[in-house]
Amino acid sequence: MDKVIVAENLSLAYSKDETIINKVNFSIDSGSFVFITGASGSGKSTLLKSLYGALKPQEGSLVVAGVELRGVSRSKLNLLRKHTGIVFQDYKLVKEWTIEKNIMLPLIIGGYDKSIHQQQVDKLLNHVRLKHQSGKYPQELSGGEQQRVAMARALSHNPVLILADEPTGNLDEYSSQLIWNLLEGANSDLKSTVIVVTHHIPESMTLDYKHLHIEYGSIHEVS
Amino acid sequence: MKSLRNHLSLVIALLSILFSLQTFIIVERSIDAYKESLVSNYSLVIVSQKNLTLKEIKKKHTLVSDLLPISPDGVIKKLNAGISKKSMDLLKLSLPKFYKLKLQHYPTPNEVHNLTKSLLRNSSIVKVETFSKSHDTTYKLLLLFKTVISVFAFSVGLVTILLISKELKIWQFKHTERMSIMGLFGAPIWLSSAILFRLALVDAFVASGLSFALFSIIASSDWVMEQFTNIGISVVVFDPIRDFGMMLGVAVLLSTLLAAFIVISHKEEV
Repeated sequence: MDKVIVAENLSLAYSKDETIINKVNFSIDSGSFVFITGASGSGKSTLLKSLYGALKPQEGSLVVAGVELRGVSRSKLNLLRKHTGIVFQDYKLVKEWTIEKNIMLPLIIGGYDKSIHQQQVDKLLNHVRLKHQSGKYPQELSGGEQQRVAMARALSHNPVLILADEPTGNLDEYSSQLIWNLLEGANSDLKSTVIVVTHHIPESMTLDYKHLHIEYGSIHEVS
Repeated sequence: MKSLRNHLSLVIALLSILFSLQTFIIVERSIDAYKESLVSNYSLVIVSQKNLTLKEIKKKHTLVSDLLPISPDGVIKKLNAGISKKSMDLLKLSLPKFYKLKLQHYPTPNEVHNLTKSLLRNSSIVKVETFSKSHDTTYKLLLLFKTVISVFAFSVGLVTILLISKELKIWQFKHTERMSIMGLFGAPIWLSSAILFRLALVDAFVASGLSFALFSIIASSDWVMEQFTNIGISVVVFDPIRDFGMMLGVAVLLSTLLAAFIVISHKEEV
């Protein structure tokens, strides 16, 4: 099976003398569903940031979808991000845009035909049960609703890779289930590779998944 | 409402820069026009032992525009009583030649001084009268007026730059988040900053438009024209094509620089 992510002797750090991830090796198959767990401060979110190029490897090699992220050019990184859907812990929605426009963002950036923008947005708003809120601004929604918008945005351009950082962190049961259903749907229907950073793997998971655990700067696979 | 307030703050800052710039231009034009009117009334008087020609004078003194002989007939007539015609002709011949020297533009005191020195180097010129006292007073008044207006324009400019730098911080805060989010989804710089540049251009056009309206009203005001007529000058207060072009250029340049600075100083958050 093709590897969508290959890390070799990968070290990650925010400053020279504080290494978070220390010389780890791992790979992720294309089309797989992966959970990354670990205690608070173990480096889960740091690893995820490195996968979309927000944090460059300090040492070693990190190849995502065929793009070596160490010393990657801005144009190559942009290209990679255009095919990646990211769900942030703090949602990162554009406050001055309606939720409709927020969901459209990856379609606008990807240069998709305008005729499919509204079609795709309507479909996703139905999936996240927010059709009736389409004209509202993010700050008019609850935390759970904002997270559902962030999820819809991450899926709007049918990305090959979905990265989600604590997507159900503070959500109620209903919103959490919606999010997991969407992620599972993207993995099974769209064949997207899904990588989720979380504290708890949901018991309701129906798909096979890979589980990576981070501890003391190392990564190991939990069988 | 909040968005309108954000627009207004840059529009007002640009408007005050354009206002002080155009005011400075009007003052410059007024001073130039006043100098023009002064130069037509101002001339030097030179006394020469020989006849002088304009060609000869202009060759060495480019500031000179015309050389007009002053006839001594009026003075001679007063001495006429009891003097024979032969003696009168002899007197006429022995009198020095008087000339009025017209200049290209209203000279600075320094130019008057240099011209006098240079004219006196000509051995036939024995005296140059510059009427320096009245000339210097007028010139210094003009200079004072210009300095006061320049200081005023500079102060307004300085305050406006402070306003714009405050605006810069507001814009940085307001636009950085959106630009970062767009960047995280792969937007190139030109796309993530497009809104910023569009806003900057809209504000530049609005400020230029408002300045255009303001100065068109001022230029068509009877009261303003009356003031210029009173001092005997005619000034183009506002040239709708050239001045508006200059205003638009300055406003677009400033607001684009502001937007460019935000884009350059933008860093992706980690």
